Amino acid sequence: MKVSYSIPIGPVHPALKEPVMFEFEIEGERIVNVDFKVGHVHRGIEWIGMHRKNPLQILPIAERICGICNISHPFAFCIAVENAAKIDVPDRAQYIRTIIAELERIHSHILWAGVAAHEIGFDSVLYLTWRVREKVLDLLEYLTGNRITKAMFTIGGVRRDITKEQYPKIREALDFYKKSFEKLKHVFLDDKTVKLRSRDCGILTKEDALKLCAVGPTTRASGVKKDVRVDFPYAAYGDLDIDYITPDILTGEVRGDVYDRIVVRLLEVKQSVEIIEQCLDNMPDGEIMFEPKVAKLLALLKKTSGDGVGRAEAPRGEVIHYVKMREQDTPYTWKVRAPTYNNLMPWIPMLKGEQIADIPIVAASTDPCLSCTNRVAIVKDGRKEIVTHEYLHKLSVEKTRRLIG
Amino acid sequence: MIEIIDQAFKAVFGAIGIAIFTIIFGLLYKGIDRKLAAHMQARVGPPIRQPFWDVIKLFSKENIVPEQAIGWLFNLAPVIALASSITIMLYLPIGSFGPILSTEGDLILILYLLMIPSLAMVLGGFASSSPYATVGAQREMVLMISYEFPLAIAIISIAWRLNEANVQNPFSLSSIASYPIWNNVGILGILGLLLLLVILVIVTPGELSKIPFDVPEAETEIAGGLLVEYSGRNLGMFYLADAVKTVAMATIIVTLFFPYNLSPILNLSGYVAYITDFLFYLLKVFLVILFSVTLIRVGVARLKIDQVVSTYWITLTLISLVGLVLVMFDKVAISRGWI
Repeated sequence: MKVSYSIPIGPVHPALKEPVMFEFEIEGERIVNVDFKVGHVHRGIEWIGMHRKNPLQILPIAERICGICNISHPFAFCIAVENAAKIDVPDRAQYIRTIIAELERIHSHILWAGVAAHEIGFDSVLYLTWRVREKVLDLLEYLTGNRITKAMFTIGGVRRDITKEQYPKIREALDFYKKSFEKLKHVFLDDKTVKLRSRDCGILTKEDALKLCAVGPTTRASGVKKDVRVDFPYAAYGDLDIDYITPDILTGEVRGDVYDRIVVRLLEVKQSVEIIEQCLDNMPDGEIMFEPKVAKLLALLKKTSGDGVGRAEAPRGEVIHYVKMREQDTPYTWKVRAPTYNNLMPWIPMLKGEQIADIPIVAASTDPCLSCTNRVAIVKDGRKEIVTHEYLHKLSVEKTRRLIG
Repeated sequence: MIEIIDQAFKAVFGAIGIAIFTIIFGLLYKGIDRKLAAHMQARVGPPIRQPFWDVIKLFSKENIVPEQAIGWLFNLAPVIALASSITIMLYLPIGSFGPILSTEGDLILILYLLMIPSLAMVLGGFASSSPYATVGAQREMVLMISYEFPLAIAIISIAWRLNEANVQNPFSLSSIASYPIWNNVGILGILGLLLLLVILVIVTPGELSKIPFDVPEAETEIAGGLLVEYSGRNLGMFYLADAVKTVAMATIIVTLFFPYNLSPILNLSGYVAYITDFLFYLLKVFLVILFSVTLIRVGVARLKIDQVVSTYWITLTLISLVGLVLVMFDKVAISRGWI
């Protein structure tokens, strides 16, 4: 008879880039059961925002919810506030927003590819991919003035224009990525050891992906056609030629394993390059801000009453921001739902039955961003409390009533 | 009586000399390996003297023994690992210096000695009572079982072939060094030996727990595995044992396959010959480390433990058996006069 034993992975572990606590029940090398706890990096960001800051001051905070999705969060927040205040964003701003968001997707996916390579002990590929990634960071710095937190978005538009003089540099970077796409594809999809480690490892079936509401590349790799950019087009996506990326485009089959997630992300890098090219070709003229005068904009927002939902397709999946305004300086409510929140539960079906060696790559394969996700932590008198589904449901019904009332 | 004292004297001072030599050059090779790997990955990398600083720092730091650990075993394991690694070197010829110790069955002894550092790490891993170390120790045992078979086939076929070529004491390394195997075989034997060389080159990273076979330590999976609880002096000793074992493993390959020396070709004698051969030996060891450790570890991903086992037991064992059969057939072919 095999005796199972437990291994704790986390909250701090070399395999995890952010704190999460896994508890594994192991038989030999095989994972029998797994549970995880999140909540180690709860920062109370929504609370800081909704009670102290006006929407324009919230933007930098929204940007800092996640270091990597620093465009998706302000993007969704802007859409939410614009919905609430019925602000029309100029077309040109919509295109610029799209370009910046897609550049972020390129940088995020390539960063992920490097991390994934490191998780399976292939450090040479980590250095290769991160060198390729430098180009997009340089381009972002050129366009927005910053490599990471770009401060590009504002309510009703963007803060910097992309001029015709800047096009050659953008196109040069895009050509670079078209060329490196083939190289990365060769490294990740044809390498024998990478294939050995990623094929049929961490499988998420289509049923599980649907049942657990997985989002982003995680769900698309399982063959679920779900993409906010296509389903509910925002910004300029409605004008563009864009489709769901599923792994069968390249390999002809959907297995929902780690390999498929690599395929989806690689193809999305290529898709992003194409989207940016379309945006550059069709960029309309006009204003880039709904209201350049900050005081006037704030006055308008102060008069706003109502709520708005912003949805954006972050590199990791759908991010939702909900904002309720009640004719005050500060929003009455600000609620963030990061994509990783949906992608947490799929870890369990992915990890069950796999080996210890698969833990890092499977955990990383959903591209978790836990600082985005951590919204709540309950610690009472030094004791942790476990909140049941029923209790949470009751709380959320109460909160919804309070918001409506 | 005087002879025994003389031999004991030689053994003691030779052992000390060899220990100092292998530790220094083991660390130097480690530094070169790290620098080269860094350049291959487009990094600057640490300076070549970095491993020396690492060891000095480790030895000056606090040595923590976990509360739950079995103290004496935990502290003993690194000593055994280092001592047995150095012992291997005593049986190996270095350049044109013969081995300090020798028996009639050097090769068999070395096969066993090679296992002892790994066994010590397993002991230390289990003694440290950490779940990561336990997993690492289990993996190390599986790894040992896996690479032992192809390694044994490769070594035994060489000794057997030398025996068939009427070499005295075919298991003794000094006779292997003086009768290079390539000179004693025909074309089929050369093909077989090439296969066996490939096997030894691929067994080396397993023996040394380097990527792709670094499963017992696997940083991203089990956070250092076997060594997770080790710190300070103990970790430093494991570090040294690893450096020494790298040199020992490379020296074994050099002795088995490339025992040639430069001095007979250049007609040198005396000290100049010793120095030339020694430098040539260092170069050979470097090349073996380059091909069996550095190039492999930057070129592939880490395998899972079941993939390691199937790689060694199926693929590599088959290749080494093919090598063995070729070497055997070579003997038959030569004795019957077919080639």
